[in-house]
Amino acid sequence: MTALAILLVLVLLLVVFGLLFRLQILTSIFSGTFTRDIGMSNSVNAVLFLVFLVAGGLWFAYSFAENFNKMNPPIASVHGHAMETMFWTTMGVIAVPFVLCHILLFFYSYKYQHKDGRRAYFFAHNNKIEVIWTIIPAIVMASLIFAGWKAWTRITGPAPKDAVVLEMMGKQFNWLVRYPGRDMKLGVVNYRLIDATNEFGFDLNDNAAQDDFVAPEVHVPKGHPVLIKIRSRDVLHAVYSPHFRVQMYAVPGMPTRFWFTPTTTTDEMRAKLGNPNFNYEVACNQICGRGHFAMKMNIVVDEPDDYVNWYAAQKSFASQNPDVLASFKQKAKSVVSQEAEPAVEAAPAPLASMSH
Amino acid sequence: MAVDIHSDAQEQAQAQGGRGTLVPSTEHGDHLHHGEHEHDHEHHDQHWLWKYVFSQDHKVIAKQFLITGMFWAILGGTLSSLFRLQLGWPEATLEWLTPVLGKWISAGKLDPEFYLALVTMHGTIMVFFVLTAGLSGTFSNFLIPLQVGARDMASGFMNMLSYWFFFLSSVVMFISLFLETGPAAAGWTIYPPLSALPQAISGSGMGMTMWLVSMALFIVSQLLGGVNYVTTVINLRTRGMSMSKLPLTIWAFFLTAILGILSFPVLFSAALLLIFDRSFGTSFFLSDIYIAGQALSNQGGSPVLFQHLFWFLGHPEVYIVIMPAMGMVSEILATNARKPIFGYRAMIGSLIGISLLSFVVWAHHMFVTGMNPFLGSVFMFLTLIIAVPSGVKVFNWLATLWRGNIRFTAAMLFAVGFVSLFISGGLTGIILGNATLDIQMHNTYFVVAHFHLVMGSSAFFGLFAGVYHWFPKMFGRMMDEKLGYIHFWLTFLGVYLVFMPMHYVGIAGFPRRYYAWTGFDAFSQFADMNKFISIAAILAFFAQFIFIFNFFYSIFRGRRATQNPWNSTTLEWTAPIEPGHGNWPGEIPTVYRWPYDYSKPGAEADFIPQHIPYSQTQSSNLPYEKEQED
Repeated sequence: MTALAILLVLVLLLVVFGLLFRLQILTSIFSGTFTRDIGMSNSVNAVLFLVFLVAGGLWFAYSFAENFNKMNPPIASVHGHAMETMFWTTMGVIAVPFVLCHILLFFYSYKYQHKDGRRAYFFAHNNKIEVIWTIIPAIVMASLIFAGWKAWTRITGPAPKDAVVLEMMGKQFNWLVRYPGRDMKLGVVNYRLIDATNEFGFDLNDNAAQDDFVAPEVHVPKGHPVLIKIRSRDVLHAVYSPHFRVQMYAVPGMPTRFWFTPTTTTDEMRAKLGNPNFNYEVACNQICGRGHFAMKMNIVVDEPDDYVNWYAAQKSFASQNPDVLASFKQKAKSVVSQEAEPAVEAAPAPLASMSH
Repeated sequence: MAVDIHSDAQEQAQAQGGRGTLVPSTEHGDHLHHGEHEHDHEHHDQHWLWKYVFSQDHKVIAKQFLITGMFWAILGGTLSSLFRLQLGWPEATLEWLTPVLGKWISAGKLDPEFYLALVTMHGTIMVFFVLTAGLSGTFSNFLIPLQVGARDMASGFMNMLSYWFFFLSSVVMFISLFLETGPAAAGWTIYPPLSALPQAISGSGMGMTMWLVSMALFIVSQLLGGVNYVTTVINLRTRGMSMSKLPLTIWAFFLTAILGILSFPVLFSAALLLIFDRSFGTSFFLSDIYIAGQALSNQGGSPVLFQHLFWFLGHPEVYIVIMPAMGMVSEILATNARKPIFGYRAMIGSLIGISLLSFVVWAHHMFVTGMNPFLGSVFMFLTLIIAVPSGVKVFNWLATLWRGNIRFTAAMLFAVGFVSLFISGGLTGIILGNATLDIQMHNTYFVVAHFHLVMGSSAFFGLFAGVYHWFPKMFGRMMDEKLGYIHFWLTFLGVYLVFMPMHYVGIAGFPRRYYAWTGFDAFSQFADMNKFISIAAILAFFAQFIFIFNFFYSIFRGRRATQNPWNSTTLEWTAPIEPGHGNWPGEIPTVYRWPYDYSKPGAEADFIPQHIPYSQTQSSNLPYEKEQED
């Protein structure tokens, strides 16, 4: 009933507006202002463009400055700092044409508004100007491309040989994490072996898989390169960790990777931000279904010693699930192993330099 | 009086034997060559069904595209208001929407899957149904024959089919909104496996099937239209209308149609392969999948392959959306600044450059999908180069305004707004096209802000500018200017208030397609800003009803138009105020000059239309033009 009343009121309001509009037209016909002339409204619009330039520019500058800290969450990886510099440098570069073009656009709109008796300047082309404003942007672009290309090849290049290796697997709707265990080799996994217990699909016939362990959160050591191998077992996901400037899709059937070097431990960052609950997070950044927005995993950056201790304390998946291991031994000659993927490349001991 | 002119003109046309005036082979077109006894039946001999519904007249088809596009725009805008409600007020109850949304509201909350359906359908509707069909469908249809001087499209019948395939596609897509399992919900890019597996999300059931069927029909419509546009521009130009005398609108529509013809079939193939994967057990895009407690047998497919196919269309698609707007804006800026467009040839060159480059930049959407980083370097290089022709266009537009004598019609306001939005949105493309920076920015609100400014809002501004400018030609009446001003200023402010702050949210790393960010520390800092954006978005959306009102009111009760209300130079304004089928009652005018002779020194008026020979304008002819005085 109230909805009906509201609807009725809205309809009546619209009718009133319609009538007012009609009335305005009729009066303007009677008063003789209904013919199209380039008069008041033209200069009003011209002035409004100038007002828009000044007020809009001030508002933008103010709100940008006010929100600057909020849009710059802390960064905690080596390449992240370099990217940050490049980002704000590029922003600075594009700010120049942004400001200049807008000043010209709105100022010209104001300055060259229609005046009776004046005629526009017939100026159809000038090749010299065209060449200038083709070449200058081309040079600027070339330098941006060069800087971007250098950083890109460095970031996406092969991880250092001593990188800590771990694997994240995306599933609807959370992340699974595994480490290679004592042998420093990630074992074979096979999606056909996945079930409620064996979420990763470990093929325990593979020796390298026997000591792999899974973890409820990602631990990485500060100051060491970390190579994250990335898989998905159902749909596309993306490992996205804004604090580390890390992003890579998780693609079913096609393992991907991303490496980075964390620079600040979780504890250091908590102290720095004065926020005891701070955590580095991984978000899923490729639409994956109903729970996409809640697909989260924490990353803990430890001091290297703590990391070594944490690593040593973990128990392998096989030892925690003896029944799974037993069932593998029973059907040791199953077809499964034939379908197994080739062994994942070997990784050296994590922190070989540290664990004396 | 009108009839007399008409008959004279027809006799002339007959006397001339239709020289250079191709008449569409329709019943109606042929009629133009019938004897003078029949000429007064011109407006009476067709059943309304053939005249207004299954019409082969390009002008009627254009209006059909426009009005269907407007319907979709309102729907697409409504969907965005719904999800902005969720993003602005994640805690608020939406119980009051239950009468409309039914089971998609549970316990006062929007269903997260329905949220994804909303963003998916918003994107699909706006990109394809509004800004491709509604923009290019309307103005390519309306302006190509009128501005090149043709009686109609090369094939009126195919043109009619083009609309009706679009209509069919619209019906299928519209019905999918009401499915039990919901419409498609995998994002407008419909990446498999999410879009391939109903187990993954309920929208990938019947909703996705209908999305794919609808899109297949849509592509047929686009190809029928595109082939027509290209053929018409190449073959049906009137005498004297060389390619170098075409208005920039036509150049833009022409290149847009070529892009569409070359890229839409690739989307068709992607859709077809996806249909195979979904229904016939193939594995083009699927491999190694365990879902809903089951390991699927699909092996060897690649989801990344789909992305290559999709973006091979998807990137040219954004230029399909923006180039018609660029063309119309060039035309409107020149007309209302009373100045020739600056650098006509550079404008054509940059359009051609953008068209060519648009085919070799698609993988910049895929820097972090795991494709070979070397490929990333190549695509970064090609992508950032596209900034150069885009920059040339902006500088030329600015130079066109310089020392003009600017009249601010509603169309002109939107054209200036277009340039502003194109600058603001285009520049951030330099960030996103840089593979290194894209690692952080990919799929964040920075991307959302970027493309909404540079292709979404800009193209909408181009559409509005076009409607305000060519409304008199379409309906023989004028739109209300004051309402147009109000519409412009509210929209212009609204768009900036929505999308500038959205950049901040994106720089902070907020992911797109998130139902809520409340679960993350990293994305907790902008709750107020999201509320602000939502308010601005919903207000800007409501401002569009001013336009809707103005549009429909003016069709019936607007001020009657004069033949050339903007004192423009192009051919469409030489046709009668409300041209019949065939456009010009008599012979089609011959073209002598380029379309931008505004404020020429020595000329009497501040414009010389294209059909005025140099012999009549001896006082203003430039040295090289003197040779062409007959």
